[in-house]
Amino acid sequence: MKHPMAWIALPALIAAQATAAQTAAEPDPARQARLVRMVRQDCGSCHGLQLTGGLGPALTRDTMAPLPLDSLAATIYHGRPGTPMPGWKSLVSEADARWIARRLQAGFPLESEAAR
Amino acid sequence: MNTRPWRWASALLAATFAAGCAAPPATFVAPHRGSGDLGLVIERASGSLGVVDTSARRRLGTIEGLGDLSHASVVYGRDGARAYVFGRDGALTRVNLLTGRIEGRVRQAGNSIGGAISQDGTLVVAQNYQPGGIKVFDARTLALVADIPAVVDGKPSRVVGLADLPGNRFIFSLFDAGQIWIADLSDPARPALTRFLDIGKQPYDALVTPDGRHYIAGLFGEDGLAKIDLWAEPPRVERILAGYGRGEQPLPVFKMPHLRGWAVAGRHAWLPAIGRREVLVVDTATWQEVARVPVAGQPVFVMARPDGRQVWVNFAVPDYDTVQVIDTQTRQVVRDLKPGKAVLHMEFTPRGEAVWISARDDHRVSVIDTRSFQTLAELPARSPSGIFFSARAARSGF
Repeated sequence: MKHPMAWIALPALIAAQATAAQTAAEPDPARQARLVRMVRQDCGSCHGLQLTGGLGPALTRDTMAPLPLDSLAATIYHGRPGTPMPGWKSLVSEADARWIARRLQAGFPLESEAAR
Repeated sequence: MNTRPWRWASALLAATFAAGCAAPPATFVAPHRGSGDLGLVIERASGSLGVVDTSARRRLGTIEGLGDLSHASVVYGRDGARAYVFGRDGALTRVNLLTGRIEGRVRQAGNSIGGAISQDGTLVVAQNYQPGGIKVFDARTLALVADIPAVVDGKPSRVVGLADLPGNRFIFSLFDAGQIWIADLSDPARPALTRFLDIGKQPYDALVTPDGRHYIAGLFGEDGLAKIDLWAEPPRVERILAGYGRGEQPLPVFKMPHLRGWAVAGRHAWLPAIGRREVLVVDTATWQEVARVPVAGQPVFVMARPDGRQVWVNFAVPDYDTVQVIDTQTRQVVRDLKPGKAVLHMEFTPRGEAVWISARDDHRVSVIDTRSFQTLAELPARSPSGIFFSARAARSGF
């Protein structure tokens, strides 16, 4: 995962860097396929393979779309204290978490639809 | 000798499996074959079941059309030939391992987590997340016999840790309400409930000891486990292993441990520590912790070989390519195995000479000798999860 660290010294470019970092940090297609499998299979332990819920709540488009993207990404990355939802930061990057959150809000892809 | 028709049937089955969804064969096995050495492998993503022969270490065929089988589980009728499959999508399906047929199927809830069968084999019970509660079915017809919502103070609770007790009773835990209930179905038309209140925060799963005496529920929301001595008069809830360390900087729990499929070996119970890379050893005479065994990850299943000499442990992501074997006499890990990617379940043959291990991401089931640790066979399976052998028919709590 490349981060444009060199740019930090150039204040004029900080705003541009924020946008660039976000697009640059988008997981590549192979990583996306792994994330789709991880969400379906590992998150599926609690949320169901169809993401229709279980011990954890449903992660369907209807339940995810109304939530703020930032808090969804933060829940994936840091977890939710007081609930069984763990933080996944040892296994995914913040950019990964954000990508997963965006895809959940749009209706999560099936493994067969994931890019390879 | 039956070898010829048997071979013929096997060849036909192999061809059917290879072809995918061809018309189902008339039967999976030769006529007059028994069912004591059969089993099912859940193929969670494709909604199918692999039927296996644990003597020949072979896959006999596939039963398709089971729906969403994430976290699916199976209980067996007393004949060991019929199995009840509880799917995540709330479906309860009865399959026949000998014919490979689905004999009945009901959609009984929106979201289900497992089930149990009564001591006499006449009642099958599903435990549900949504709507939270249990439902009781006639094992023969799958007709609904009783519906017991788990509602406390007007709020439905998800049900976990369901197990059968002697006398056609069932015991289960309420995750949201922090209670344990016993439903007595000795008269199925009039279920009688016993409720245990304030048992602890967020029970996540439970087990019954092999003698049916003790029910132990693991708690996610606090340190320790809740235990009920069902032989006591009256039974009451006691806390065991209070403060075993769940509270001190627990690791993120990527998968809830499973207590069902207990590991009671001799006088000791071997339990997964939640949020820790440890297996806890408890003396079932005193219910005191007697040891902790450090292991390779956060344990999910901690299972005793039927003779109790070994305990096998698998782990949550990201350590789920490893299986460890503990010698119960020395309490040391004696073997690290790497049976494949994403190991989800282990099942011992009835007398424990071999263990079958599912590796989800390698799409195979490995059969491993429990003395030599050699791999005896590898069978193909699509994203396999749970493995359930027909010998469970004869065991309480399974």
